[in-house]
Amino acid sequence: MIALNKNKIKVMAENLSDSSAGRSLWKDARMRFMQNKAATISLFILMSIVLFSFIGPYFAVWSYEQIDWNAMGSAARVGMPSIESGHFFGTDDLGRDLYSRVIQGTQISLMVGVLGASVAVIVGTLYGATSGYLGGKTDQIMMRIVDILMSIPYMFVLILLLVVFGRSIGMLFIGIGLLSWLDMSRIVRGQTLNLKNKEFIEAARVTGVSDFKIITKHIVPNLLGIVAVYATLLVPGIILAESFISFLGLGVQEPSTSWGALIKEGAGTISYDTEWQLLFPLAFFVVSLFCFYFIGDGLRDALDPKER
Amino acid sequence: MSSNTILEVNNLKVTFDVRSEGDMPWTKAKKLQAVNDISFSLNAGQTLGVVGESGCGKSTLARAIVKMVPVESGEVVWLGNDLLGLNDSETRPFRKQIQMIFQDPLASLNPRMNIGEIIAEPLRTHYPKTPESDVQARVSDVMNKVGLLDNLKNRYPHEFSGGQCQRIGIARALILKPKLIICDEPVSALDVSIQAQVVNLLMDLQEEMDLALIFIAHDLSVVKHISSKIMVLYLGNMVEIAESDDIYKNPSHPYTQALISAVPIPDPSIEKNKNLILIEGDLPSPIDPPSGCVFRTRCPKAQEICAQKKPEFKEFTKGHSVACHFSD
Repeated sequence: MIALNKNKIKVMAENLSDSSAGRSLWKDARMRFMQNKAATISLFILMSIVLFSFIGPYFAVWSYEQIDWNAMGSAARVGMPSIESGHFFGTDDLGRDLYSRVIQGTQISLMVGVLGASVAVIVGTLYGATSGYLGGKTDQIMMRIVDILMSIPYMFVLILLLVVFGRSIGMLFIGIGLLSWLDMSRIVRGQTLNLKNKEFIEAARVTGVSDFKIITKHIVPNLLGIVAVYATLLVPGIILAESFISFLGLGVQEPSTSWGALIKEGAGTISYDTEWQLLFPLAFFVVSLFCFYFIGDGLRDALDPKER
Repeated sequence: MSSNTILEVNNLKVTFDVRSEGDMPWTKAKKLQAVNDISFSLNAGQTLGVVGESGCGKSTLARAIVKMVPVESGEVVWLGNDLLGLNDSETRPFRKQIQMIFQDPLASLNPRMNIGEIIAEPLRTHYPKTPESDVQARVSDVMNKVGLLDNLKNRYPHEFSGGQCQRIGIARALILKPKLIICDEPVSALDVSIQAQVVNLLMDLQEEMDLALIFIAHDLSVVKHISSKIMVLYLGNMVEIAESDDIYKNPSHPYTQALISAVPIPDPSIEKNKNLILIEGDLPSPIDPPSGCVFRTRCPKAQEICAQKKPEFKEFTKGHSVACHFSD
């Protein structure tokens, strides 16, 4: 019977041989994502913002720390957005070019968000997957550590860290990265518990695949969907946290800047008729956050098979 | 132990600790007897069928043999080595000789890996230094063997039907040329025509590669077709074990008799007049099994002695053993 089938199959094979490339779940997900208009447009806008923050400096007339003495102190009259003066977005109260400063703020805010989220994702995923897969006492201890860290008031510790060790981007990373992986590890652990009893994991164990390989080759790839979604939602969260810290005046150090710091300055001078100082950074901030949330939403729909 | 016996299981016992919801942390967990005192031996190239209703310990038995569940007592002797006494790294060399096929064909394949990677995984695990071209050649070879085209290598599990997925599972089990494959209900998730294909494939491969099989199922007609020896389990206990033909002709235990009478016969006139033995009641709880004979609560022949004394598992003709006080 098998011999007969084989012949039949061979004939079919000749007709099919060019279509042997498989369609992975990732390709499926990408197609579903592309069908989501809001998410695709958001991705495009976000890409443009990132691109702008790299190309923009080449068109700038003023650097982000250079002071235009003409505009200093009289930003409301001289420092308005104009092409002639080279201040495309106007100047801030000290006469520094807002165009360059917004670009710089965009770079720093996005970097903080993306790097912070990747630290959280890597640490959280490995920690959660290990804890969930090993189970038992190890799991109990690892998760109690997470509980303890979670019960620490996060903003308070971050502010203390910045006050005690001085303000620096490095400290900000450590402070944000230290605590933002906690949620991630919990989510990943829950998913791992779910996956762990699947038959393909058992099949790998029966074959004798080591625990480390099972975690990295079987568990983590199956978690990536949910991790990707959570990561895109984490980026704006971290940007918000950084902005909040900067708004309090504890974030990045002058003359470097970030969206939060720029918004703070703009908000402080709103009564002097210099609304562009608030509106330009605010627009970048709001649009980027919207884009991140829409992309996260689109990814969730694309990667969650239950939504099909 | 005869010379071509490859697997011998002696007095295997598996118990699970069960805690019910309102239990305090200091209350003692109840013991669930999943597998109780099971012994059998298996020769090279032979098939042992294991049958029994849901929850009787068939799958636990399979998992205990490959050390996926902790065993309370007993031994699993594989080619003269007691596997249960070995630690993880000492067990590894034996893992390539015993492979397993699972019930749900799709769930047993990692959805993020393509078929080539899935089938090659055991090979890459045990022989990590095999050159890539050899790995691919072996994968193609084994795929042909189970009736799959090797140009499907780059596809993913969700693109295949249940029967094809089970073939992939079989290919993965075969790539290391094992001596024993444990099939945990490999056909119960497939429809009848595909069941026949898969069972016949397994039988052909068995002949070709001199495989021993432990074939777990709850469908007696499938088991009869493939097995040389059949073991009937009830509530974790061995009820009867005999050669396949023998157990069909002379079922001695009332439970086996009832099971066999329940197999449908594909002829309506015989089927209508068949003497069907019905068993009353439900499966008792394995946490609190009945005293004496575990089957006595549902047995039509039950007497006083059944509640007092556990029947001995004894051989009454050659190769045919039964656990019943009234077997003769």
